[in-house]
Amino acid sequence: MNPKEYKYTQEHEWICTESRNKGKVGLADYAQLQLGDIVFLDLPAPGTQVEHGKKMGEVESVKAVSDIFAPVSGRVLEINQTVVDEPGLVNKDPYGAGWLVRLELSKPAELDALMDSEKYDKFVVQLSEEESE
Amino acid sequence: MSHHYLLPDISQPGKIGCSLPALDVPPAELPPRELLRQELELPEVSEVELVRYFTALSKLNYGVDTGFYPLGSCTMKYNPKWHEDIARLAGFASIHPLQPEESVQGALQLMFELQEYLAEITGMDATSLVPIAGAHGEFAGLLLVRAYHQHRGDRVRKKILLTDSSHGTNPASAVMCGFEIDVVASDSEGNVDMKNLESMMNDEVAALTLTMPTTLGLFDPQILEISRLVHERGGLLGADGANLNAFLGRVKFGELGYDYVQLNLHKSFSTPHGGGGPGSGPVCVKENLSDFLPSPLVTGSNGTYKLMSPAKSIGRVASFYGNFSVMCKAYAYIRSLGAEGLKEASENAVLNANYLKEKLKPYYHLPYDRTCMHEVVFSGRWQKAKGVHTVDIAKRLLDYGLHPPTVYFPLIVDEALMIEPTETESKQTLDAFVEAMKEIAREVEENPEILHTAPHNTPVRRLDDVRAARNPDLRWQMRS
Repeated sequence: MNPKEYKYTQEHEWICTESRNKGKVGLADYAQLQLGDIVFLDLPAPGTQVEHGKKMGEVESVKAVSDIFAPVSGRVLEINQTVVDEPGLVNKDPYGAGWLVRLELSKPAELDALMDSEKYDKFVVQLSEEESE
Repeated sequence: MSHHYLLPDISQPGKIGCSLPALDVPPAELPPRELLRQELELPEVSEVELVRYFTALSKLNYGVDTGFYPLGSCTMKYNPKWHEDIARLAGFASIHPLQPEESVQGALQLMFELQEYLAEITGMDATSLVPIAGAHGEFAGLLLVRAYHQHRGDRVRKKILLTDSSHGTNPASAVMCGFEIDVVASDSEGNVDMKNLESMMNDEVAALTLTMPTTLGLFDPQILEISRLVHERGGLLGADGANLNAFLGRVKFGELGYDYVQLNLHKSFSTPHGGGGPGSGPVCVKENLSDFLPSPLVTGSNGTYKLMSPAKSIGRVASFYGNFSVMCKAYAYIRSLGAEGLKEASENAVLNANYLKEKLKPYYHLPYDRTCMHEVVFSGRWQKAKGVHTVDIAKRLLDYGLHPPTVYFPLIVDEALMIEPTETESKQTLDAFVEAMKEIAREVEENPEILHTAPHNTPVRRLDDVRAARNPDLRWQMRS
C-alpha cells in the first residue's frame, strides 16, 4: 500500500524524488488515518528554506493540530494549492493528489537516512501491534 | 412547535411584544437618514412567543444543575446557589469601579482577604486577582517570567519548556508572550522524562510550565528534583493551576518549588463556568516575582484597605480590578467550607476519581495504572480494535443522558477519555455512570452500529464537525 519508490520518515512524511535534487513531499496513509478528517493545512510559502527533521508546517484535523516535519533540507519550490483549498484530499489520496509541497533538496544525501517502503511497512505494522496490545 | 426555528421565522408585520406609554416629552429629530442602519430587520413577535422561544431553548441546556458532567481538566463541580446571593448583595453588585476607596471598604476587604487565602492555599507570597480567565492568568504569569529575567539583565532566555501532556493554552500563552517553546517528553509512567528535561534545561530556558497534577491526572513524584534542576540552571517553575482541585489544603505549589501558579476560580472555587465566562484567573507568586504583579493589588492595614501598584508592576492586564463577582463567589466558597472543608473537598474529588478508575478498568484500557488524583485517563484502544472510536462512545453517552468526559486529550494517550467526577457526585451517581459505561462496552461487542450512529435520543443527531471545520458558517444572515 505504501508506494515502493517513496521514502518515509518516522513522523510519517513521505518524499518522492523526481530528479536527483527535486521531490514532492506528503503525509503517509498511516498519518492521515491517525489524524482523521483533515480540515486545515498550513504549508511553508514557496522560497522558504526547510531543515531536515524541523517543523515546516501544520496539519489540523477535527481532533488535533499536528506539526509537519521536513523529511530533508531544502527550499520550497511550490505548494499544492489544490490540497490547501481541499484538505480532505490528504485523506482520500495521500500519495497522489494529496501531496503537500515540492522541494529542491540542498543535501540529497539525507535521503539515505530515510526508510524505504519495506522498512516503513514493518515500522507501521509494529506501531499498529503496539497499539492493539 | 419544535425548537428548530428562529424568531424571524415566526415574525409577522405588526406583531408587538411591548406597549410603550404615551409620549410625554417633546419629540426629538432623528439623525439624517443616511446615518441610520437600514439592514436591522428585527423580528416582530408577541411577548408570549418570545417567552416560549427562549424557554424552549433553555430546556435544551445541559449543565451541572441537570446532570453528571465529568469533563476532565474542567472541574465541573456544583456551584452552591448561596454564592449567587453573596455576589448580588447590593454592597457588592451595585458599586461603581470608580467610587472612592473609602466608600467601598467592604469590597476591598473581600479582595484583600481572598488574595491572602489564595496565597495560603497555594503556598505563595502574593496574589494578583486581576486576570479574568485561566489562560489570561497563565499569560500574566509568563509576563512575570519575562519581566523577572529582563530585570536581571538576562536577555538570552527566550524559551519556555512544556510537557507533551500540557494543556493547549500552555504553548499558546508562551508564544503570545513572545517566547519560543520546546516540548519535554513524558516517560512510560506518565511522569516527566528526567533525562530529556536534563538535556533541554539550558540557559536559554526562561521557565518550565508544568501542570500539577499533570493532565494524566497523576502526581509526578519527581517534582522536587524537577524544581531543583530548573532553578539550578537559572529557570523558573510555573504551574498551570487547572488541576488544583486535587490539592486544596493538602499540597502547596510553593512547597513543591513553584515560583508562580495561575488559578481558575471558576473551576476550583465553585463558580459557574463553561458558558464562556466570566472567569477569574488570579496569579499567585513567590517573593521573587511579587514586585512585578499586575496591578492593582489590595493592601490592608489597621482595618483600612487601599489599591496599590507593585514597584515594577507589568501594569494592567484587564480593565479595573478583574471579574469581581467571581471573586465574591470564590470567597463565599472558601469561607463556607473553611480549611477543613476544602481538604475534604479535595479528598472526595480524588476518592471519586479512583473509584471510577477501579470500577471501569476491567472494561476500558487504563494506560497508567497507578493511584490517580482528581481525574483518570482511559484509552479507547480496546474498543478501537472493534472499529468503535472514543468519539462514538462519547456520543453514545448522550443517549444515556450523561455528559461525556473530555475526549482525545491529553494527546499522548491514544483515543483518550479523561474523566473528572469532582467531589460533587454521590456514589449513586458514580455507579449510574459506571453502569452506562459498562453497557456501552457491551454494545461495542454486540451492536457496534448503535455507537456509530449515536446519539439517537438528543434534539439533534451527530453533527458534521468536519464540514463545520472545513466550511465554517460563522454569521447568521436574514433571509430576504
